Amino acid sequence: MSTLLEVSGVSVSFDGFRAINNLSFRIGNAELRAVIGPNGAGKTTFMDIITGKTRPDEGRVIWGEKSVSLLRLSEAAIAQMGIGRKFQKPTVFEDQTVQENLLMALKNTRGWLGVLFYHPTATDLQKVDDLATEIGLWQELTRKSGELSHGQKQWLEIGMLLAQEPRLLLVDEPAAGMSPQEREHTTDLLVQAARTRAVVVVEHDMEFVRRLNCKVTVLHEGSVLAEGSLDHVTSNQDVIDVYLGR
Amino acid sequence: MDRSFVARNPSVLVFLALLSLFTLVVTVLSEGFGIGVISTSFVKTLGKTLCLCLIAVAMDLVWGFTGILSLGHFAFFGLGGYMIGMWLMYERTRLIVVDAMSQAEIPPTPSEVVDAIGSQIFGVVGSSEFPLVWAFADSLALQLMLVVLVPGLLALVFGWLAFRSRVTGVYLSILTQAMTLALALYLFQNDSGLRGNNGLSGLQNLPGVTAAQDIVSIWFLWASALALGLGYLLAAWIVAGKFGSVIRGIRDNEARVRFLGYSVEVYKLAVFTLTACLAAIAGALYYPQAGIINPEEMAPIASIYLAVWVAIGGRGRLYGAVIGAAFVSLLSTWFTGGQAPDIPLGFYTIKWVDWWQVLLGGSFVLVTLFAPQGIGGLFDLWSNRRHPDRHGANLGPDAGSLREKEATQ
Ligand SMILES: Nc1ncnc2c1ncn2[C@@H]1O[C@H](COP(=O)(O)OP(=O)(O)OP(=O)(O)O)[C@@H](O)[C@H]1O
Ligand SMILES: [Mg+2]
Repeated sequence: MSTLLEVSGVSVSFDGFRAINNLSFRIGNAELRAVIGPNGAGKTTFMDIITGKTRPDEGRVIWGEKSVSLLRLSEAAIAQMGIGRKFQKPTVFEDQTVQENLLMALKNTRGWLGVLFYHPTATDLQKVDDLATEIGLWQELTRKSGELSHGQKQWLEIGMLLAQEPRLLLVDEPAAGMSPQEREHTTDLLVQAARTRAVVVVEHDMEFVRRLNCKVTVLHEGSVLAEGSLDHVTSNQDVIDVYLGR
Repeated sequence: MDRSFVARNPSVLVFLALLSLFTLVVTVLSEGFGIGVISTSFVKTLGKTLCLCLIAVAMDLVWGFTGILSLGHFAFFGLGGYMIGMWLMYERTRLIVVDAMSQAEIPPTPSEVVDAIGSQIFGVVGSSEFPLVWAFADSLALQLMLVVLVPGLLALVFGWLAFRSRVTGVYLSILTQAMTLALALYLFQNDSGLRGNNGLSGLQNLPGVTAAQDIVSIWFLWASALALGLGYLLAAWIVAGKFGSVIRGIRDNEARVRFLGYSVEVYKLAVFTLTACLAAIAGALYYPQAGIINPEEMAPIASIYLAVWVAIGGRGRLYGAVIGAAFVSLLSTWFTGGQAPDIPLGFYTIKWVDWWQVLLGGSFVLVTLFAPQGIGGLFDLWSNRRHPDRHGANLGPDAGSLREKEATQ
């Protein structure tokens, strides 16, 4: 399988504290990957590095067939290359309707002039409708997203992520605040999305990870502790010591 | 601008209708074109107020919708005024000089004419040379272009430097204040080429126009109303579409907008520069009605007042900005013009000329604390729009984000 993203030897320190320590990671074109690890392991920081929010002190982040380095690109440019991100805390534009949120995320020109003269086409509106149906927010299209419940905001953000049609999805704790049925639905969506693109899911909930049924990377103190199937990593003694056995 | 835009934004039509009605009524009541109930000087006050409403619309775009609390937009307003003022002063002086010289036996050479204009204009600052910045002052077309080009370019360069370094919030506000202050101080110097603290004067006299001020004042009222109407329409169109979505997103949570792939800096720069141009156009219409412009007008406090007007009118809704600017500036004219009756308290007499500022400052504090939706929020009561109950949480993490009470459901 060809590599879509390769992170190698990356380290980041905050005021002398090494949040990420010589981390290496790679993911293929259509691959689903779960990343687990105790609180403070550096999972969110890892996503910050890939998306350009945090600049690493050392290491390389290489993207795509042309092996572009992401380190010198702005957040917006990285997003435009096809990396979408869902945040740990759901962040949608609360003063805007569900439809406006989705339209903003929908894959289209990002330049200011193009956006100024943009008029949603019938196809665009149809895509938004379909997405809204998929995430169960079709009836809420014209509601301001600030009025949605926590779970619905999670959904909306997942919908925005899908609307971007990224090649790599980074999903930080998508199931937090969701009911068991909603979790199941989320799993289905992520598994389905991973058929055509790479998906990285950070999640604490072991049941959720089990249902994803994919390769698992365990982070600890900023580096990879173990990698492999869920059964493989959960039987690893180091993993049991630092994470599961707590 | 398609039909659905107006259909989706009926308030724009209402606004334009009210503005036309206002202009018509003032015209009918004016001395120049009507029954003379409204004095020419008050017509000018109203015309100037329309210009202030236009810059308030610009301020609302940049602050209310994009979350950039610029405290420097009056610098662009003033620069616009200077640009048109240069032509007005040059051309009028030229006509006077040519007229005076035509009595002479030998017809003056062009360079003699220019020298004479120069000493007329720059005599007050002890000079007669035309500074470089006056290079195009003899051409109305070029000066009109400079009205938007000079402030636009300043905004572009300033904004590029500031936004590129990701200066936001209070620091950006301070930076914009520093910019206005620097510009005002520069213009105060006699060798700035714009007559130092004398500024430019006699701007109410249009060169080559013989019509009296009561007529000219109405022309300017119309021009100002037209500019406000077009500016409002443009702003409403911008905020109604996806561009509006993006800038409101930037206001509430700019990091999130970046991760969607939008280059936040470019959007901010576009809005900052566009609103600077709008402010400049407003200034170019304002100062011929005021008759005089000097660096005092660009003092940092002016830009702060602008933010106060928009806050009192209601940030993030264009009609709120217009109402705020009209209401506060007219009230201010009334209070500071000595028309408001003094209040004798026996031991002390409240003179509004002195106390108006205190009243304004107090109202600003009260509005900010208790009614952030401003005067414009009254329309929500009437149209039955409710505010969300967010237990005090803003609508986003950023400093300029919409506050709970500013939001509607
Ligand atoms: N901007 C920052 N400044 C200082 N320290 C930071 C910063 N960002 C992260 N850290 C620290 O780096 C470490 C890793 O944080 P990170 O948020 O990546 O952990 P996480 O694995 O996502 O944890 P959680 O499961 O709680 O979400 C933590 O100790 C955190 O305090
Ligand atoms: Mg985290």
